[in-house]
Amino acid sequence: MGEAQDEAMTGAQRLLSGPVAVVNVGLEGFAAELRQNGVEAIHVDWTPPAGGDPKMAAILSKLGV
Amino acid sequence: MSGHVVTEIRRGFYLDSVALMRLSREVAAMEGVVEAALMMGSPSNLAIMRDAGLIGPDCDARPNDLVLAIKARDAASAAAARDAALAGLDRPKAAAGGADAWRPRSIAAAVGALPAANLALISVPGDFAAAEARKALRRGLNVMMFSDNVGLADELSLKREARERGLLMMGPDCGTAIIGGVPLAFANRLRRGGIGIIGASGTGTQEVSCLISEAGGGISHAIGVGGRDLKREIGGLTTMAAMDLLDADPATTSVVLISKPPHEEVARKVVARIAASAKPWVVCFLGAGKLALPPNARQAASLRDAAELALGRPVGAGFDNAAAARGASGARRAGRIEGLFSGGTLAAEAQLVLRAAGRQVVSNAPVPGVGEPGQGDAGHDRIIDLGDDEYTRGRPHPMIDPSVRDDMLRAALNDPAVAVVLVDLVIGFGAHPDPAGHLAAIVAAAGPGHAPVVASVTGTAGDPQDRARQAAALAQAGIAVAPSNHHACGLALALATAR
Amino acid sequence: MERIETANAEALARMFAAEPVLADVIPAREAMPGLKDRMILHAGPPIGWERMCGPMRGAVAGIIVFEGWAADLAEAERLAAAGGVEFHPNHHLDAVGPMTGMTTVSQPVMVVENRAFGNRAFCAINEGLGKVMRFGGNDAEVLDRLRWLRDTFGPALGAAIREKGGVGLKAIIARGLGMGDEMHQRNVACSGLFLREIAPSLARTCGDREALARALAFIAANDQFFLNIAMAMGKAIMDPVRGIAGSTVVTAMSRNGTDFGIRVSGTGDRWFTAPVEMPEGLYFPGFSAADANPDMGDSAIVETIGLGGFAMAAAPAVAGFVGAGAPSSAATFTRAMGEITLAQNPEWTIPAADYLGVPSGIDIRRVVETGIAPTINTGIAHREPGIGQVGAGVVKAPMACFEQAVMAIAEELGVA
Repeated sequence: MGEAQDEAMTGAQRLLSGPVAVVNVGLEGFAAELRQNGVEAIHVDWTPPAGGDPKMAAILSKLGV
Repeated sequence: MSGHVVTEIRRGFYLDSVALMRLSREVAAMEGVVEAALMMGSPSNLAIMRDAGLIGPDCDARPNDLVLAIKARDAASAAAARDAALAGLDRPKAAAGGADAWRPRSIAAAVGALPAANLALISVPGDFAAAEARKALRRGLNVMMFSDNVGLADELSLKREARERGLLMMGPDCGTAIIGGVPLAFANRLRRGGIGIIGASGTGTQEVSCLISEAGGGISHAIGVGGRDLKREIGGLTTMAAMDLLDADPATTSVVLISKPPHEEVARKVVARIAASAKPWVVCFLGAGKLALPPNARQAASLRDAAELALGRPVGAGFDNAAAARGASGARRAGRIEGLFSGGTLAAEAQLVLRAAGRQVVSNAPVPGVGEPGQGDAGHDRIIDLGDDEYTRGRPHPMIDPSVRDDMLRAALNDPAVAVVLVDLVIGFGAHPDPAGHLAAIVAAAGPGHAPVVASVTGTAGDPQDRARQAAALAQAGIAVAPSNHHACGLALALATAR
Repeated sequence: MERIETANAEALARMFAAEPVLADVIPAREAMPGLKDRMILHAGPPIGWERMCGPMRGAVAGIIVFEGWAADLAEAERLAAAGGVEFHPNHHLDAVGPMTGMTTVSQPVMVVENRAFGNRAFCAINEGLGKVMRFGGNDAEVLDRLRWLRDTFGPALGAAIREKGGVGLKAIIARGLGMGDEMHQRNVACSGLFLREIAPSLARTCGDREALARALAFIAANDQFFLNIAMAMGKAIMDPVRGIAGSTVVTAMSRNGTDFGIRVSGTGDRWFTAPVEMPEGLYFPGFSAADANPDMGDSAIVETIGLGGFAMAAAPAVAGFVGAGAPSSAATFTRAMGEITLAQNPEWTIPAADYLGVPSGIDIRRVVETGIAPTINTGIAHREPGIGQVGAGVVKAPMACFEQAVMAIAEELGVA
């Protein structure tokens, strides 16, 4: 597939044409299984944003985080 | 029962729910322990623990605090359990130590470390999932949202944002997807081929894709849309996006669409989109009446039907109902069918098969025309979806941990009113490593007069558990194994009406 | 938010465009027109005598005697307690100071000029190790050394720097990062590089051979000599970044032994403070955490520009020294700081970490979102005045400062 054509594809189309590379947020087992399947995967060591304070998380979201 | 309760809060200590539930089970199994819970202090988790009498009303844990609560028969057992739990929490994580110990804490940093990333798989608690999905979309990532308990308004806004950005937003509550042969979350290793799948249900997609793959067909992609996508409020945003994608995808030659019956407006849009496609389509709206479809589409009445229409040939060829019935151990008697399901769509398919056979059916997750369990249903077939919230609150899904089925299974095996016990096993990535062994042990422990058990195994030869090996272990234990859930329902009917 | 992204891009551009040059050493009264007699500049956000910790009070008493505003330490303390001196943060007069950070009129200060923007920043000369005023020391030995710095070393160093036409600092930092310095707890390479640069000029300008030998020996014997230069440089780099409306970039982090304070570009000169935390680290033999004073000093300005704890990957030895873990884990700190910063510095790269640029532009939004607090490498002072350094460690900036700052920015932008 040509570069120019690739540029015109949407992000969803590029996903289907692969290869899939995954950012895993949450259950760690999913990332481990993906790696066992030879899929590039990076696991996010996630904790509730803003220390679990929903008010602060909402403000941060308005500030573009 | 009064007991000795120990509660401890670890501030700012986060572990994912599967890891915590695993540890909770280990601790709960210890000598003298009545109940044990290790949970993050979200409001819903605190409510569960309060209801269980594990914490008092004054517990001030926050969502990123870990609550450890143990009820034991005596102080010594409680202390031992507490120590074991703390040791478990402090067990080093897999990738600890050395130069590789850094792990990104945010999607932003993860994308920095893996610039090729094109999909975020999100399985954080529902309260936080929408915010993470939004971050992922804004960084150009497609999203598969495994998390459930996400609000409709959030779902709608995320799907709109995804559409504007040309990205795919699968879920919330999307349990399975296969993209270019890559199994995501709960999914199976499938043969690659030209059949694309769009599924609003996880186990429905797994069943159809596995039947196709085991019968020699192949799958291009299986796109999950989430259980509510075809409701009026969401309007099929992801379904429509997936239809466009697979219609344009050169690797996909035909498409199967699997869902509960959509809202009629949404159904009209879907049908119109099919009419605009040059590819052949199979539409499986489980429980829907006859649809008016364009000539390039056929309607499937069951998951098995969907697989067969897509393949162009039968699945489970060579399966002999009568021989399978003879092979099942246990006492023969007429009576009701007790269905204990881990897969919600498999439970729905079972209800439809039994209803179509003229039987009276109740279910905790009823399809149209089926009632909920209640008074006066003593002789009725009962189909239980063990993946429903009432069974999974605070514990793992039965596909991960089948033990939620154990007590009901034992009771059914020894219930003289039960003619057949009907179960499903869903294997693949993410699922329990040996559900057949687990089931076989329970059936083996039942008395000689127990009700016969009929099972199907959703999975493939390529799965870590290996479908054939699981089926063999079931047969060894005297459990009749059918090639599909639909076949299993037929077999159960034969056994329940046999004299 | 578009406005924040634009403002932050401007902040980063100003940081990276800086051209810091050590230009001179002059008495503080000449450097800072606002600095008057009986005025004491201290480290950290504003604080009065009544809330000052032990080492800070010790240093205040010592510097009062040094300046001749009281005859002895007891009288000095009475003077300070009675309001006889005025206290201001160094940061309010373009200055910074390590630990207690005492700056007064007659002390010599090093002048770092940011030639891209024309601003100047100041820091006193590092006194060396052992009993020193920055750790609250105030006896005759401490005051004698300060007099020598004022009367002999400072003027000599100033003359040498002027003779040389200034010493460019960016290149020294770039080389130091490749030689194992992170410019906060380890400055051995940069101090050596600086000595190499200045020695010929010092030899030319210093007429007295004995004074020259003593000056060279003083620099050579002090592995941390360069710290104060790096601090003035940090201040000179960050000052032009102040006051960009909408920017969420941290322009200063600083502690006075009681409070930790930060300033953020978009909120101008306002301090956001919270109680300072205790450092965690390793103690010299004979000392323990029970002896430690809470964290102190303006030196966290070096973390603000991406050095110190942020550049830990450059200095595996420091990771061990400050008790932060195995040397092989040093890069973990730098990567973690990458999560709360906007960019990597293109010129200051770390060879040992595959030329990772030091993480620059601390974004308060990311700090609060991730819960990752800036990591600061720090010396640990004894809680009693006059004893000095008892260890080294790592301290985390308190999250509350950043939370307040986020709320303030949100108010400023009308989204609170």
